[in-house]
Amino acid sequence: MSIVAALSKVTKRYPGTVALDAVSLEFRAGEVHVLLGENGAGKSTLVSLLAGMQQPDEGAILVGGQTVRIDSPRRSMDLGIGAVFQRVLLVPSLTVIENLMLGGSWLRRLAREPALRRFGELAQLLGTHIDPDAPVSGLSLGEQQQVEIMRALWRDEKLLLLDEPTSMLTSHGVADLGRSMRRLRDQGVALILITHKLLEAFEFGDRISVLRLGCVAGEIAPQRLQAMSEAQRTETIIRMMFGIGVGGEGGPADGHEAELAILLGHKIHGPAIIDRARPPVLSVREASTAADYTETPLHEVSFDLWPGEVLGIAGVDGNGQKHLAEMLAGQRGVRSGLLRLGDADITHGHVPERRQRGVRYVTDDRLGEGTVGKFPVATNLVLKEVGASPWWRHGFTNWDLIHRHAREQIKSNDIRTPSELTPVNHLSGGNVQKVLLARELDAHAAVAILNKPTYGLDLHNQRLALDRIGAAAARGVALIVISTDLDELIEISDRIGVMFQGRLAGIVDNDDRAADIIRRLMTGAATV
Amino acid sequence: MQALLTESFLVSLLFGAVTAGLPLLLAGLGEQISEKAGVLNIGLEGMMLVGAYTGFVATYHTGSFWLGFLAGGAGGMSAALIVLLLCIRRGLNQIVIGISITLGAEGLTSLLHFVQFSRSYPRLAAAPVVVLPALGDIPILGKGLFSHSPLVYLTVILVATLTWVFRSTYFGLSLEAAGNTPAALDAAGVDVVRTRSCAVMCTGFLAGLGGAYMANVGAGIFVPFITSGAGVIGIVLAMLARGRPLMVMIGAALFGASLAMTTALQVAGIDIPTDVVQMLPFAVVMAVLVLFGRHSMLPPALGTPYVRGER
Ligand SMILES: Nc1ncnc2c1ncn2[C@@H]1O[C@H](COP(=O)(O)OP(=O)(O)OP(=O)(O)O)[C@@H](O)[C@H]1O
Ligand SMILES: [Mg+2]
Repeated sequence: MSIVAALSKVTKRYPGTVALDAVSLEFRAGEVHVLLGENGAGKSTLVSLLAGMQQPDEGAILVGGQTVRIDSPRRSMDLGIGAVFQRVLLVPSLTVIENLMLGGSWLRRLAREPALRRFGELAQLLGTHIDPDAPVSGLSLGEQQQVEIMRALWRDEKLLLLDEPTSMLTSHGVADLGRSMRRLRDQGVALILITHKLLEAFEFGDRISVLRLGCVAGEIAPQRLQAMSEAQRTETIIRMMFGIGVGGEGGPADGHEAELAILLGHKIHGPAIIDRARPPVLSVREASTAADYTETPLHEVSFDLWPGEVLGIAGVDGNGQKHLAEMLAGQRGVRSGLLRLGDADITHGHVPERRQRGVRYVTDDRLGEGTVGKFPVATNLVLKEVGASPWWRHGFTNWDLIHRHAREQIKSNDIRTPSELTPVNHLSGGNVQKVLLARELDAHAAVAILNKPTYGLDLHNQRLALDRIGAAAARGVALIVISTDLDELIEISDRIGVMFQGRLAGIVDNDDRAADIIRRLMTGAATV
Repeated sequence: MQALLTESFLVSLLFGAVTAGLPLLLAGLGEQISEKAGVLNIGLEGMMLVGAYTGFVATYHTGSFWLGFLAGGAGGMSAALIVLLLCIRRGLNQIVIGISITLGAEGLTSLLHFVQFSRSYPRLAAAPVVVLPALGDIPILGKGLFSHSPLVYLTVILVATLTWVFRSTYFGLSLEAAGNTPAALDAAGVDVVRTRSCAVMCTGFLAGLGGAYMANVGAGIFVPFITSGAGVIGIVLAMLARGRPLMVMIGAALFGASLAMTTALQVAGIDIPTDVVQMLPFAVVMAVLVLFGRHSMLPPALGTPYVRGER
């Protein structure tokens, strides 16, 4: 098969990091090439080089056999490269078709008809049903992703880059995307798919490359991939991803083998014995929130939560999970209902009061709402206690203490950062999440609400995050974990509640029958 | 109160409203283009001042009002060039640079005027007026609204044109995207810096044109700080207009009328202290802000420089 694009010894450095280190890779027509690697391995950097968002410091990019300089996104498009970035890049105030027409020449009139025709073609190719005149702000994340793919394919691109397109999708959305990718591949498009989920890599990928610390750690060609069993694939890839040698060759440390076992999966927090005779730490009674036009409001949600318990919240994204999290955290007022924390009525308590009483919240919007990107890691670790002792005394900042605290947290949570003074937006997604978890699961936490705590995290960081959640529960913290990934919830929860259209459709004990019941509850087909 | 309903009072009120409102409209439209693209021009006042000065000098020396308008536009663009180079290309703070442009323009134009004319304030001949056929014959309205400098009619056409440009051209889409999600525009293959640069040059041209009209047609002379807050009102208009040129026009008419009321009342000899009357436009600004301020919708990326690949 012909090589559409290739990297030859490409190096890209950022202050304090080598994001790509002499990387050579080839991308072939009619093939889905999956890129795997830990957070910060350099996957997105590779995409931004091919998309013209960044320039390599050394090495060459070849397209169609020619060395090219991709100095702008426009140049990248002219070379036949389309990209879907890790962050959604659409203009919410414009309609779908307007977003797709953005690239047109200023000197010509808007050509709506041809654009609609092209939209129709691509909609058919991808198998989507999106209204071209709908404003983008009203689309679900999955639909927005489809629009981005359309934009990436608008001019018959020959190479399509997809940077974690599945991280926000439910299994249904992932299946749709998979079908679209297969159609494109059969048309001879070269696809690069980045994901953290191994099962997706196996299902959609023809060839798998693994990046580690900016280098290519290994590549599995199609024939070899097909010849391996799933267990073999998993083990091979995890060893590549995390640099764990194969037993016998050079004698890896035992610690590595233990880590491998952890990564291959074991139950972290089995259903704990929870004394439900004791009073619950958090009681929610018939809580409703006011509707706003983008998100589903809550409708009469009631539940109790005991210390040391993990309550998973499952459901298709957009069924009121965001309101639930924000209402519990105190960021969104209740319209009716009651919230009690221990003996105290906190129904109308605001964020600082709840925080002081031990309520903690990890948002799913890590870089927007969870952290201040330009602030250093150290400041972000005490962000929610600005002005409070011991960090601040009599209005003066105790930088020594803040920095010392940060260094301890960085060490104990394995946060990968050049230093505690690095702005948090220079860290990779997994490491930003570690900062948030370190801040929110502190010693004074009583109830913690975690919204999609593992989204965008690599296997290792997923494990670490889940481990931290399990450890917090063991300390007696009551946790509410919201996720679209049911397997993950089954792994860590004591009970699992299901959100459907703003209601808590039911709460089930996490036993062998749980998965089936939950799947039915998720579609609104049953109630408990 | 009888005096308020005489023909001469109403004509002078309408005529004055258009004359006073036009610079606000031009500057407001200009600022609207920039704000759409995510650039805040606090220096709008300065651009108007430079335009007023260059426009006046050009007309003074050539006698041509058209050359004066062109020179005014060019003067405004030269001030806008500072925003382009420092804020859009280098990413410096738009508010700081904007304030310096206004302060700098104030000092520079006063100085240049003093060097040329010393303490005299030469007056230009009356600006040519085009009476619109048929419309010009309507009583009161004809003299008040349809007997103006051709620039007035062109500006009304500009309002319609801009409405169309914003809604149905690629340039309009690019502006909207640059102010909303610049990274998305970049990803779509359109240079954000170039889009914003174009927007700011348009702003400079229109603000300078407004300044030139103010000096050459409205006043007939140039005095230091002749714009006296018109640029600030222009910014307010653009912010309240929610991206719609027609709203800028309505707002400009409102402010123009309250400015004209000041002179019209004096002409009519109404017995209200002039200080009270001169306060009127500013009272209107405050009332409008209190009433409609919360309805303003500003582009999310307003005032923030764009750097490709920054995270
Ligand atoms: N604009 C930037 N400025 C500074 N450092 C950066 C920048 N972009 C990336 N980096 C650094 O480069 C390295 C690679 O980042 P990259 O985003 O490519 O990782 P990734 O493999 O996509 O990770 P993830 O799975 O978390 O998305 C990281 O260490 C990151 O901190
Ligand atoms: Mg990435």
